[in-house]
Amino acid sequence: MSALAALYWRDLRLAVRAGGGAAIAALFFLIVVALVPFAVGPDLALLSRIGPAILWLGALLASLLTLDRLIAVDAEDGSLDLLMMTPMPLEAALAAKALAHWTSTCLPLVILSPVLALLLNVEFSAMPAIALTLAAGTPALTFIGLIGAALSVALRRGGVLLAVLVLPFTIPVLIFGVAAANAVIVGPAPFGPPFTILCALSLASAVIAPVAAAAAIRHGLE
Amino acid sequence: MVHTGGAMRRRMDHMRGWRAQLMRLTSDNLACRRGGRMVFTGVSFAVAAGEALLVTGRNGAGKSTLLRLLAGLLPVAAGRVGWDGGAPDQSVGEQAHYVGHLDALKPGLSVRDNLAFWTAWNGAQAEGIDAALAALALDGLADLPAAYLSAGQRRRLALARLVAVHRPIWLLDEPTAALDVTAQAALAQLMRDHLAGGGLIIAATHGPIGIDGARELRIGATIGAAA
Repeated sequence: MSALAALYWRDLRLAVRAGGGAAIAALFFLIVVALVPFAVGPDLALLSRIGPAILWLGALLASLLTLDRLIAVDAEDGSLDLLMMTPMPLEAALAAKALAHWTSTCLPLVILSPVLALLLNVEFSAMPAIALTLAAGTPALTFIGLIGAALSVALRRGGVLLAVLVLPFTIPVLIFGVAAANAVIVGPAPFGPPFTILCALSLASAVIAPVAAAAAIRHGLE
Repeated sequence: MVHTGGAMRRRMDHMRGWRAQLMRLTSDNLACRRGGRMVFTGVSFAVAAGEALLVTGRNGAGKSTLLRLLAGLLPVAAGRVGWDGGAPDQSVGEQAHYVGHLDALKPGLSVRDNLAFWTAWNGAQAEGIDAALAALALDGLADLPAAYLSAGQRRRLALARLVAVHRPIWLLDEPTAALDVTAQAALAQLMRDHLAGGGLIIAATHGPIGIDGARELRIGATIGAAA
């Protein structure tokens, strides 16, 4: 097994185990989305109109929930030192960790989203489109969060800082994610352009974030 | 046992390969700054293949800092680390084992899985894992989650990396801490084998760790004398 695959599977196993956080993120997503109908009242037309936005906000907050531990755990138990002491670039290691986080935390949210869309009276035909936008957009959330996780380790500050750092940078993802989902439900704007931009955001962040996060960690060495 | 013998023989063959290269780790007027304060300055030493260097000094003299600096985990403020004879395209840290105060273990994974991950991460063969666990008397605990290990057992599992993955330089920070007498003897034997095979050891320690003929590098002594 190659080194990166070993790291990916280790992080995945740790996340899926009890206390690992994957189940917590999914439950948090469920609770946030389930709370909305109680807050806005039983107005079915309103719920179906804001449904995609609620699902996206829920997924955003749920994916952030466990992100602050992504690198901090390894920094605290000394694993990060050993991860850096190989010819393998730190960038690749961080990318593998981010992928493991996406698989354990965001992929369940994507799979759950059609079920939760029922709570928000979203049209049945729109459910696959919302799941598709989440699948295309959540990698961007994870990778942007990776930069924040690395900074919070380098600056030795905990999780609240991470949310403050990361959330402003997720605004474009949120805009295009919700725009693509709404295009299917209310129209008349086409689905293609915002979805393409969403994919571009994910791909660009997957390239930039590991480099930025590794730079932050190296800078924080002291 | 046949398997263990084979693994040990492969390991010794591997080590003889190192000796032929005449490796040498040197430091020239090394200095390190942490938190705006110079921890130490002017540290110079040379360690050749088969030699051990014991780094001693009072608390806070910078013993751990020196090891982390050699491992590439801290920036060098002044001076130079030289490394001759190893793989030329790899840094000292990439050819060194670092066993620090943190054991780098995941409590949720079993003893074997913890070691197996570091073995795979460093690109070493998985066959060495059982031999490494046996060398540190952890073979009976292989399937136990690391969360249930005692401090000494955790330290032994961290030290098992030294056996499972072959690297020429060992940077050991208080390697005997929390170890019982039997484990200290086992570690001393591993270190002697490593030196005999042409490896290098730099260990920060407060007491003897069972290597005959090891040289001592006392850091922070001048500051202590001035105070």
